[in-house]
Amino acid sequence: MLKIALIGAGKMGLSHLAILGGYATTDIVGVCDTSKMVTDFLTKQGGFNCFSDYKKMIAETKPDAVVVAVPTKFHYSIIKDLLENGIHIFAEKPFCLTYEQSEELVKLATQKNVVNQVGYHNKFIGTFREVKRIAQSGALGDIYHFIGESYGPVVLKKKADTWRSDPAEGGGCLLDYASHVIDLLNDIVSPIQSAKGTLLKSVYSGQVEDAVYSLVETQSGQSGLLSVNWSDDTHRKMSTSITLIGTKGKLISDANELKVFFREENALDKYVKGWNVKYITDLQEGVDFYLRGEEYSSQLDYFVKACERKVPNTINNFASAANTDKAISIIRKNSK
Amino acid sequence: MERILFGDNQFFAVNHISDEKSRAQSIKFKDDSAIIKVLDDAMATGINTFMCTTHDRIANICDIIRANPEKYKNYKIFPCMPYAHKYANAVTELGIAGTLKQYVPGNFFGSLFKGGMAYLSKDYESIMELMIDAEMKMFKGINTPVIFLQNVITDLLLGLRAVDVLVAFHAYIKKKYNAEAGFITMNMPKLLAVLEAKGIENPIICASINKAGFRMSGGKAVYEEVLKTKKVRVIAMQVLGGGAIHPKEAIEYVCGLPNIESILFGASSKINIDNTSAFIHHFDAQNKIS
Repeated sequence: MLKIALIGAGKMGLSHLAILGGYATTDIVGVCDTSKMVTDFLTKQGGFNCFSDYKKMIAETKPDAVVVAVPTKFHYSIIKDLLENGIHIFAEKPFCLTYEQSEELVKLATQKNVVNQVGYHNKFIGTFREVKRIAQSGALGDIYHFIGESYGPVVLKKKADTWRSDPAEGGGCLLDYASHVIDLLNDIVSPIQSAKGTLLKSVYSGQVEDAVYSLVETQSGQSGLLSVNWSDDTHRKMSTSITLIGTKGKLISDANELKVFFREENALDKYVKGWNVKYITDLQEGVDFYLRGEEYSSQLDYFVKACERKVPNTINNFASAANTDKAISIIRKNSK
Repeated sequence: MERILFGDNQFFAVNHISDEKSRAQSIKFKDDSAIIKVLDDAMATGINTFMCTTHDRIANICDIIRANPEKYKNYKIFPCMPYAHKYANAVTELGIAGTLKQYVPGNFFGSLFKGGMAYLSKDYESIMELMIDAEMKMFKGINTPVIFLQNVITDLLLGLRAVDVLVAFHAYIKKKYNAEAGFITMNMPKLLAVLEAKGIENPIICASINKAGFRMSGGKAVYEEVLKTKKVRVIAMQVLGGGAIHPKEAIEYVCGLPNIESILFGASSKINIDNTSAFIHHFDAQNKIS
């Protein structure tokens, strides 16, 4: 059984831990967090072997794989250390604070031949997987423009500063929120290569942006528009959508509903000319343990299987997440 | 529990298959009077239980119910706590400790944070009790015979193996509110096994149960086996599989299963309420004869 440990038991860390705890296929050997309130709870209630020093945990428990869910500014040093110890890594998104750090870790992971994955969970949502399949089938013709949008209610008024409000620590809507839709577009269309005009707007936050509006271009020459705002409470939770405009059709999809218009008959098997609507219920496979969404379980399931060398380590690997970090740095540079 | 329970997703823009429909619903139900009208439509067809999350707007609905005691004298609410997005969005911004500081009432939490002292199990129970009381405030004076823990919390605790917290919830609801505790979950077979092992007999569990197998973790067959062989009072939710199944077919499947005490559904219009209720009554009557 795969021996797995967790570093960082915050919101995402606890979610990952609960999902791993719900499966019977891994042995959770250790949990590390700096909050005594959290580790006391996990020790007393869950019987987990908890630590406050991750190096001590690694030395004592010798895990095969580690889930890293600490604030982004700590990713680089901790992940580098784990890689040097030959440990498989699942890291939360975004990957690193700078593209240079990401590239270095990609090289090291390849050199050490360990499984490496980053938690861009949208790629495990059935609708977005289908969007990618449709885009790559050529059924939309030449995709010449796209729109990537993400809205949700994270920062709705001026508040006390936390690490999320410090740009040097990975705060802000671009790195924390827009990274999801950038990562999806990089994967579905083609990696973003340049930004033509970018506005990073502060709405309530003093030091970081709450909204990202950017006109971008990909390696393959498609143009696209990003519109992301985390100060939008007309959405109950984060809502991401992708629009693809091609010479043979147009596609609009969010996590729940995929609508695609084909100009011609027989563009794609099981689709007709004109509008087609597919729902997540038709496109999502079930999971063995559910918490917050099938995609969170599916991505960990994929990681565990990759560690067991049952699936290739291709979805959301460090290289793909480094491309996202690169796009983020291009967009940020363009805003100045 | 009554055979049919009325849900609240449609009032709060929760739609599992369409963000567009979510927005339309959120516009349709922007006034409390629109919600009350639909609840009254449901009441007219004999649905006297409203199972709802502890969303801020439910407080207004409770005010209206309290202001009309004669009209709502047989009305029951099954609160489901907490309204998780409120906390989830806060955790993203403030962290776990920051969120608890903001939402746990009184100075209790401030004093806990002082010094590096160890946290005792009773401290976690006290935090839970304070949060339950805060969520229950809005229902004062309203009949709430069953009080639920939302699936995101039930399943989080289940995955973290913090089963004693589930047991403590069960006990506190009985002691403080003289009500029965219920658990909403997306992992019914696993939850039931764990509760039974802790000596909670015949628990009330609300879970996704539908012909499409949507959100039935581990598979439909495992759920059907549990329903056939275990002692549990089940409320079936998401019976329409998020809209993936035709209502008649969907209801026929659920009504044909053993051990389903209640069926929970929500609808935005009188015609949909009437149709779904009629299907339930029809298949229940048919199953009684055969």
